[in-house]
Amino acid sequence: MSLDSKIPAGPISDKWTDYKNHINLVNPANKRNIDIIVVGTGLAGGSAAATLAELGYNVKAFCFQDSPRRAHSIAAQGGINAAKNYQGDGDSTFRLFYDTVKGGDYRAREANVHRLAEVSANIIDQCVAQGVPLAREYGGLLDNRSFGGTLVSRTFYAKGQTGQQLLLGAYSAMNRQIGRGKIKMHNRHEMLDLVIVNGKARGIIARNLVTGEIERHSAHAVVIASGGYGNVFFLSTNAMGSNATAAWKIHKKGAFFANPCYTQIHPTCIPVSGDHQSKLTLMSESLRNDGRIWVPKSLEDAKAIREGKKKPTDLSEAERDYYLERRYPSFGNLVPRDIASRAAKERCDAGFGVNKTGEAVYLDFAAAIERYGKDQARIKHLDENDMKLVKKLGTEVVANKYGNLFQMYEKIVDENPYETPMMIYPAVHYTMGGTWVDYNLMTTIPGCFSIGESNFSDHGANRLGASALMQGLADGYFVLPYTIGDYLAPDIKTGKISTDLPEFVEAENNVREQLNKFINNNGTHSVDHFHKKLGKIMWDKVGMARNAKGLTEAIDEIAALREEFYRDVKVPGTLDSFNQELEKAMRVADFLELGELFAKDALHRNESCGGHFREEYQTPEGEAQRDDENFAYVAAWEYKGKPSEAVLHKEPLVFDNVKLVQRSYK
Amino acid sequence: MKLTLKIWRQKNAKETGKIVEYPIDNVSPDMSFLEMLDVLNEGLINKGDDPVAFDHDCREGICGMCSLFINGEAHGPDRGVTTCQLHMRMFKDGDTIFIEPFRAKAFPVIKDLVVDRSSFDRIQHAGGFISVNTSGNTIDANTIPINKHDADRSFDAATCIGCGACVATCKNSSAMLFVSAKVSQFALLPQGKVEAADRVLNMVNQMDAEGFGNCTNTGACEVECPKGISLENIARMNREYLVASIK
Repeated sequence: MSLDSKIPAGPISDKWTDYKNHINLVNPANKRNIDIIVVGTGLAGGSAAATLAELGYNVKAFCFQDSPRRAHSIAAQGGINAAKNYQGDGDSTFRLFYDTVKGGDYRAREANVHRLAEVSANIIDQCVAQGVPLAREYGGLLDNRSFGGTLVSRTFYAKGQTGQQLLLGAYSAMNRQIGRGKIKMHNRHEMLDLVIVNGKARGIIARNLVTGEIERHSAHAVVIASGGYGNVFFLSTNAMGSNATAAWKIHKKGAFFANPCYTQIHPTCIPVSGDHQSKLTLMSESLRNDGRIWVPKSLEDAKAIREGKKKPTDLSEAERDYYLERRYPSFGNLVPRDIASRAAKERCDAGFGVNKTGEAVYLDFAAAIERYGKDQARIKHLDENDMKLVKKLGTEVVANKYGNLFQMYEKIVDENPYETPMMIYPAVHYTMGGTWVDYNLMTTIPGCFSIGESNFSDHGANRLGASALMQGLADGYFVLPYTIGDYLAPDIKTGKISTDLPEFVEAENNVREQLNKFINNNGTHSVDHFHKKLGKIMWDKVGMARNAKGLTEAIDEIAALREEFYRDVKVPGTLDSFNQELEKAMRVADFLELGELFAKDALHRNESCGGHFREEYQTPEGEAQRDDENFAYVAAWEYKGKPSEAVLHKEPLVFDNVKLVQRSYK
Repeated sequence: MKLTLKIWRQKNAKETGKIVEYPIDNVSPDMSFLEMLDVLNEGLINKGDDPVAFDHDCREGICGMCSLFINGEAHGPDRGVTTCQLHMRMFKDGDTIFIEPFRAKAFPVIKDLVVDRSSFDRIQHAGGFISVNTSGNTIDANTIPINKHDADRSFDAATCIGCGACVATCKNSSAMLFVSAKVSQFALLPQGKVEAADRVLNMVNQMDAEGFGNCTNTGACEVECPKGISLENIARMNREYLVASIK
């Protein structure tokens, strides 16, 4: 089977408009005879469900949480990009497109990224109309901040809770449709398989997590919006329940999985504190607007700090190494995430790390507090040499911008970041890879769509900050509602899909069998035991820096661990009751397969690009060394029974509008 | 640290529950409260017992899923945090800790410490939105300037995470803080004023239908709210409701 990305012809800036002018439409009277399943209610799933219902389709939405409002988009902090150019600093649709393609290290599909940039401005209009309280200036207009990898201020935000506010906006749009009966909401439900009838996605098998009942749900199309697979590392900034099961089940039913090795390790997270750790907490990238990242210049000072003999505030300016400002003078602390993460790892590996584990660097706000404090003193006609006053005024400004983040840090670490620099270290955050989709956001299974983080399409090998929220809402509000109509137009006479079809019976039986197997396994170790082991293999050998030897070992170790898991996992409780261990077992089973494909993909990609860093392929300065001649393609894997036998399909990436160069932020 | 946990165990919604005692040691002060429960559960699973069911997801204080009533306080003894952000350094070696679900008539127990808060969703279905289509065919965002003071207060109300601590804390099991936060968010914005009257009437009616109690202004909800949602919102909702009722 060859991959057809279905990119429309014509100049890049006309493709989307032209496409919309020529697609098939479904008339309103017919829409009410068509059912659509949406799995996941984050920014992509929530906005898609609301919009499709508003258009007149019957939507059945599913989430594993107790309310759609709790999807993990809620935790996104920093902001959402849009090419509004409200600041008049030279932004444009083309610049957002260009920055995103470059930021993704030239491994994204041009046409998709351009469409994203085109609809970005509309997202802000939509959200404001919905009552999303984005940050404003005193004149009453919207405020912006800047984010990594760009030279303009195009990021809209709501303090450190932008994801929460945007998700609650999509949730409110869903609530309106639930109230009107156009969305049937299934909370505390998990999709456990896709049902294909005559080659088309026609439904899902889901488990009611409260009663344990296995349910069949049919539809004319199925939309997967289940997020990313960062939890394959066990420790990540994802929620505890975030999982890849929906995406992986469709992969096993024929949807190709693209670029699994493209994973974002976010540079500013709170470091690991001990073995009991269950998750890692992100500190928004927006902090890098004002925080300066450093480690001690000398190994002796780093050692003294680790042993508690010195404090960071004891070190003078001359004794500090602001390594991002040193290495990347033009972008400084605002280099993209992949670069900032690797630079932190490089310093810590060289022995300059600053916490007990040696895996942490400082994010320091002292300079920002002083700068803002002096500004305020000047504005208020006070003495700008009174350092106590300056500190007080500056602290107020910083608290106003980042208060909730500082509070979160203090609660976790038990240190006051206004007084002493924060300690941060990179952690797994976002997965650029995901199910392969064409321009219509349809997977290789007809009628099965994938949107938001669960697809691979827009971020290439590295996602820029504040682009995930943009993509999720673009897919759900403005892209899928058109493309799915084009697919459904010939389906208007199909009528209701029966859940008594043999395909539903078979899929249900398979799910039931797998669940029963876990319940009756009577092994000796908990699910978490295996999940932690998987996470360790992934972090050590498939993490921030990879090499062929480590990846080969990882593939074997994961396969062996998977075998041990099926033999020895212990799942208490019953099938027909609320059973959180059983939920976890099903998710970890999928991670144990995905992790292997992930390593296989990383091993095959003999280059470094974005979040994928192969130690063998780097420039003399230690930057990622791409190989455009041999690897400018999307790696889409076809499932063939087990991950080791997955077959590679290549979608060549053609760049007509952006010139491929060595990405530089110097 | 060595602790004694007294945890509410209830097999399902129909059976009656009881407090069961569990000793636990080797608790590190750096652990979060939920990580301490993870350790307890790991031990229970290894012994062949049923682990304690509790709701949790983001573990960074924003999703609103975690919901424990710890030593008589929603989200435990610390202020301005959810249970997942509560750390064991708030407790002392040798402490006995009571852990119960959020209790209210409108929050029936599903299992152990897990409750059903779908009543909150139904209140939102009744009016927690602005009736604008999601087509994107709306006016440019900057054509509606909004006074920063109002925008900030609207944002403060909108930071409610819908956890239900206010209900669990209130002696009347009132949901007024939760409902008023959403009413206020929209009432403070020009976009929300168009249907403000219908919104407040519909949401309050649904709140009453779900069996939540009334507000008697004790202010306990505000104290226990992990996001510091202000009582002012309840005052604003009462005013909005009164005006809407006599229209």
